[in-house]
Amino acid sequence: MSGTTIDHVARATPPKVARRIKGLSDRAIAWIFVAPTIFLLLAINIFPLLWTIYLSFTNYRANRPNAEVKWIGTRNYERILGDADIWLTMQATAHFLFWTLVLQVLIGFALAWLINQKFKGNDLWTTIIVLPMMLSPAVVGNFWTFLYQPQIGLFNYVVAFFTGADPTSFTMIGDVSLAPWAIVIVDTWMWTPFVMLICLAGLRSIPESIYEAAECDRASKWRQFWTITVPMVLPFLMLAVLFRGIENFKMFDLVVQLTGGGPGNTTTLTSIDLKREAFEKWRTGYSSAYAIILFVTVFGLASIYVKALNKVKER
Amino acid sequence: MKKAHIFAAAMLAAVAAQPAAQARADDLTLCWAAWDPANALVELSKDFEAKTGHKMSFEFVPWPNFADRMLNELNSGGKLCDLMIGDSQWIGLGAEAGHYVKLNPFFEKEGISMGDFIPATVTGYAEWPKNTPNYWALPAYADVVGWTYRKDWFSEPELQAEFKEKYGRDLGVPKTLEELKDIATFFQGREIDGKTVYGAAIYTERGSEGITMGVTNALYNYGFKYENPDKPYDLQGYVNSKGAVAGLEFYKALYDCCTPPGSSDWYMSEDIDAYKSGQVALQMNFAFIWPGVNADPNVGGDKSGYFANPAGPDGHFAQLGGQGISVVSYSEHQDAALEYIKWFAQPDIQAKWTAAGGASAMRSVVEAPDFPDKTPFNKAFLESMAIVKDFWAEPSYASLLLSMQDRVHKYVIAGEGTAQEALDGLVADWTEVFQDDGKM
Repeated sequence: MSGTTIDHVARATPPKVARRIKGLSDRAIAWIFVAPTIFLLLAINIFPLLWTIYLSFTNYRANRPNAEVKWIGTRNYERILGDADIWLTMQATAHFLFWTLVLQVLIGFALAWLINQKFKGNDLWTTIIVLPMMLSPAVVGNFWTFLYQPQIGLFNYVVAFFTGADPTSFTMIGDVSLAPWAIVIVDTWMWTPFVMLICLAGLRSIPESIYEAAECDRASKWRQFWTITVPMVLPFLMLAVLFRGIENFKMFDLVVQLTGGGPGNTTTLTSIDLKREAFEKWRTGYSSAYAIILFVTVFGLASIYVKALNKVKER
Repeated sequence: MKKAHIFAAAMLAAVAAQPAAQARADDLTLCWAAWDPANALVELSKDFEAKTGHKMSFEFVPWPNFADRMLNELNSGGKLCDLMIGDSQWIGLGAEAGHYVKLNPFFEKEGISMGDFIPATVTGYAEWPKNTPNYWALPAYADVVGWTYRKDWFSEPELQAEFKEKYGRDLGVPKTLEELKDIATFFQGREIDGKTVYGAAIYTERGSEGITMGVTNALYNYGFKYENPDKPYDLQGYVNSKGAVAGLEFYKALYDCCTPPGSSDWYMSEDIDAYKSGQVALQMNFAFIWPGVNADPNVGGDKSGYFANPAGPDGHFAQLGGQGISVVSYSEHQDAALEYIKWFAQPDIQAKWTAAGGASAMRSVVEAPDFPDKTPFNKAFLESMAIVKDFWAEPSYASLLLSMQDRVHKYVIAGEGTAQEALDGLVADWTEVFQDDGKM
């Protein structure tokens, strides 16, 4: 807290209160105000993080409170990084993350651009489009399992209508090659409206006068799109990618409901795997190391991304 | 004033006349899975409330979340449950982590004998370590994996003739797993009553325990063993023996040839739905569903038959289900909880339990001369209970189970690798778990 702010707070303090706290320095008063927050941060964020780091070097199991806790050095980290199955879950997560972001950005931006055009029923369409993201992920997962059902599911019949294939000849959530796409489709269906709304905010923040100036300069619509619309919406778009990226990195409920991580481990994302290790197998030390690795990965990627976002904003 | 004195005296007399038990009535909470037998137990427990004055509450959790929810409760030392009807595989953890009260002194004091219960249920639901007289539960609900079949389809003359011509034997209850597969193949994709039907609904679920509870019915009968019978935790050559590999290959072949499309993540409820909606000729499921099938307007009565898991080339076993009832050590009402167990262990209550829709493991109930003919499925139930085998009940059972779910689902459903690779991988996983536990 800067001295100027403290002075400002001191001046704003009512005389009665000021008399009561007379004798305390401004700095001390500032600390009194800040201390509860710092204490809560330490108790809720910092201590658990440090404790997790400590546990990651042990064989601790939360379901065996009486068992001896042994310090095993970096063994948990070595096991995780040397485990081929964990690398497969990382690959599954990367596939899910990449394709959901690509599809949601492209479709979300296209929808926002369409909605931004002035036409009759604009508001109604906006409401209809945002409906999926208002539903609970568990509900969405559950009813998409029915939509993907080969015998009665609508999805297979729609595909069959356009391709001529037998609807019972393929199972979206039971086939190794299709299941990763099945979860991408559902997440895209559910969360594209979120990206659309952020893009819409970006599009509507562009002053009309810029386009008018471009018109005066005889810039084509195509040129206006690439030199005005895209650069000015880009910070919004990058923010949407950051939000969706963080959300999808920890994706759990929707995928568990849809595929349970299967078939095999095809759609077992890291968050599902981590939950199984921590709260089903109760390998607390091992899962702490796993969580630290994921934390470092996300923190590193997010830091790079936020720097890039700030650069785009500064332009 | 005089009236007030008379009223107070009457109240005192009324209070003094209450039975001693009622004077210290407790509120007991019993935790179990949310399913039909649990509703039957709610009704039955009204008798306990009337006799003792204790009030019963119930915490029922759907099967897919049951283990997660209840093991979290136990592991955190929660006081929610006074009585726990926990899965048979929890018994090792319950005993070693101190979640359950050891019942030997109580059984001795109350004259409750484990000899009065089906031996396999005592071993499966109550003992830890296994095959030692250390009891942590009273067998509460006897259950086992068995099969349901469409008796009406099997008895159609045209289908019978076609089957006989194709396989050279009558279309009837299969005696072996290979015969079962033939029947499933025969029905797969067939048109019956204008609908396409399929061979069999089997367990394939990935998330909890489904595919393990299914595949073991094939593995056991082809020669799979959990360990060297003479050397505990010696897995190599038992878990991944040639027979075990053949058993796993059989289960995959059954899944590939004869299950409905989209059945890659099916467990109890999905199998029931497929069977009741007339999609499949055969259904693998725990015996607890049989009363419901029998009463079903579409497939009940004479339309369905029941049989024990068929034999394989190297044995005849079925996967044990069911649970025992334990007193939770963190309960503040342990005396009242023990009273409940004493009440529940009475032969007449056990008989009422079975009649109400439960499944008693008490011998006086299931060995009664009229028991096999009381329902169309009791005979199959008795045959099944005679051949049961259970999964690990070690404290680390969850790790052992999840490894098996992973390995088996990858091979059977995802088609990755070979059966030998899947079981070799399972040996490696289980070895790591036992090494972590200091047992190897």
